[in-house]
Amino acid sequence: MQDVGLTHFLILAATLFSIGVVGIFINRKNIILVLMCIELMLLSVNINFVAFSTFAGDIAGQIFSFFILTVAAAEVSIGLAIVTVLFRNRGSIEIEQSNLMKG
Amino acid sequence: MPSGMYFTIVLLPLLVATIVGLFGNRLGDKASMWITSGGVLVSMLLSLVGFMEIAVYGKPAIEATLYEWIASGALSVSFGIYIDKLTVLMLVLVTVVSSMVHVYSIGYMADDPSKPRFFSYLSLFTFMMLALVTAPNLVQLFLGWEGVGLASYLLIGFWHHKESANAASIKAFLVNRVADIGLILAMLVAFAVFGSVAFGDIFASAQSVAGQSMNFLGMNVPVLELFALLLLFGAMGKSAQIGLHTWLPDAMEGPTPVSALIHAATMVTAGVFLLARMSPVFELTEIALMVVAWVGALTAIFAAIIGLTQTDIKRVIAYSTCSQLGYMFFACGVSAYSAAMFHLFAHGFFKALLFLSAGSVIHALHHEQNLFKMGGVRHLLPITYGLMWIGSLALAGIPPFAGFFSKDFILESAFMSGTQTGYSLYIIGTIAAFLTAFYSFRVLFLAFHGTFNGDKETFDNAHESPFIMTVPMMVLAVGAIAAGMLGLPMMDTAWWNGSIVIFENIHVGVVEAHNSPLLIKLLPLIVAIAGISLAWLMYIKRRGLADKMTKALDILYSLSFNKFYFDEIYEAIIVAPIRSFSKFLWQKGDVEIIDRFGPDGVAELTRRISVTIRPLQTGYVYHYAFVIILGMLALITWLMV
Repeated sequence: MQDVGLTHFLILAATLFSIGVVGIFINRKNIILVLMCIELMLLSVNINFVAFSTFAGDIAGQIFSFFILTVAAAEVSIGLAIVTVLFRNRGSIEIEQSNLMKG
Repeated sequence: MPSGMYFTIVLLPLLVATIVGLFGNRLGDKASMWITSGGVLVSMLLSLVGFMEIAVYGKPAIEATLYEWIASGALSVSFGIYIDKLTVLMLVLVTVVSSMVHVYSIGYMADDPSKPRFFSYLSLFTFMMLALVTAPNLVQLFLGWEGVGLASYLLIGFWHHKESANAASIKAFLVNRVADIGLILAMLVAFAVFGSVAFGDIFASAQSVAGQSMNFLGMNVPVLELFALLLLFGAMGKSAQIGLHTWLPDAMEGPTPVSALIHAATMVTAGVFLLARMSPVFELTEIALMVVAWVGALTAIFAAIIGLTQTDIKRVIAYSTCSQLGYMFFACGVSAYSAAMFHLFAHGFFKALLFLSAGSVIHALHHEQNLFKMGGVRHLLPITYGLMWIGSLALAGIPPFAGFFSKDFILESAFMSGTQTGYSLYIIGTIAAFLTAFYSFRVLFLAFHGTFNGDKETFDNAHESPFIMTVPMMVLAVGAIAAGMLGLPMMDTAWWNGSIVIFENIHVGVVEAHNSPLLIKLLPLIVAIAGISLAWLMYIKRRGLADKMTKALDILYSLSFNKFYFDEIYEAIIVAPIRSFSKFLWQKGDVEIIDRFGPDGVAELTRRISVTIRPLQTGYVYHYAFVIILGMLALITWLMV
């Protein structure tokens, strides 16, 4: 069996990223789903970081991934808070209805 | 440091003007009035000390620099002082009249709601005038020149709720601007020819460029004549000479103390001061001097004729100022700069006195300025009446008052210059002297004698002005009496110690003045007495005579009464075409073209484009995200290929 190489990791990350992107586009209902998709994209980036770090023999990338995880956690908490406020104000978290920011 | 005192004289009025101008409302009326008056009074005392030093003890001229103002290539302009006899004379005149007017205004403006503003303008004016007379170069002189113009504008329009005052202030400013072009061009000529704008440099090299000529408006003209004529044009505006005089009578819309200070004693004499200061240049010219003389003579006679028939007390005195300035100009024109300065000095006192007396009458009669609604108030206003006599006698040129000596000196200098021009000027000047005597006593008799012609209530409420107003007038009256005798040494050119240059071998008038025939000496006095007698006859002895003469000389009367239609002519040939041209530019050029394609057009275009592309922004986050992704893909593709 062939060894797992850098390419495999990159393909995995790209796949995860694409799933996240597609998730954002085809989901028309729920903002929570959008948040989850964004999280997925972030994680795929993290995989890239760790993979490059391992294969380049530089530990810095892995340390960065921890930072990214922390920031992502904070970001999600803010996102959820916004969603909560949105629900309280408008009684719905449907994306179709959140289109006031237009010209 | 001896120059410190002179800097204090100049800068103290600026300091008090700034303090009161900025904090006047917080300081209160009383403090504002006393701070400004006090500052100018201190300035006056220092000026008197300076006068003693320079003029009486004959110390040499002082030149000092405060700082370098403009340094650009070859041009170097400093802000400083140049104190010689000419300057100290002006310093004394300006500060004395200004401080007296400050004090007088405390009484005159007692009912006015915005006193701090008024007093800070007055002090600002004083600073600008002092900066003008102490200027060591043309640029600083120009600063003062414009500064006094600004102060004059602000003070004429001080009662801004009066539409006529606004119009008069704008008119004064604009007419002065026309003349200022002359002064600006003169500065440029000076820089082009002498490479400097400092008086010292100009005078030093004036002789050496005497033969040169330069290209001006396509013509080849001698540089000095051009320089002098441009200076003259500048001076004509400030000193209200014929043609550019129309602003001065209108300036009487301002409060009367302003008329006394700015439009009689000081600012309007700036033109004469400029001519005297520039005497080393004018002495080298021939045409320019001749023009100066004729401009002055025409103004003297022309303004005097108008003064005969005006009904507004302040306008009569205003035209009289115009006429007296004409005297000073023609004195300069016959190279009698010393006579011009002597008359300027004496005139400053008695004209300020006349204006303040007129102000006192106006104040007493509740702002009534029409001579024919006054009369018979001499018992109610005894002090003002007496002071008005002094002022009128001085103006008419009756000894021993100031006007007699200076006016005689001018006329004798003109006569003894021995040229055809000199004789004509003497005759014109003598006729003007007759008219001057007549109209000044016409004012006096109409205002104080006969019966009162206004409404009864005003008459019953008429009262002598308070001491705060009469005391300054008395000080000026002392000046009007003494200036003539104190000024006698000024007739000797040597007294001026080089601050005035007269080529006495060419222009003999001023030297020979004392040797003129007795008849020539006495004639101005005789005609003055004749003028006074005629006024007495027409306005006291036989009141009907004036009306008969008016009817008999109908055309002449209406010419004079309507000021030779100068305003109407200017309205028709200058103001009206400019106004209609401006209206065309406004309605067609500005509204139809610039606005339509400029601001309005751009705004409309922007609006249309916005409306078109606005739907692109849908408000759905996933649309935006999609565009971001697309853009990213496009970028990556472009980078990779």
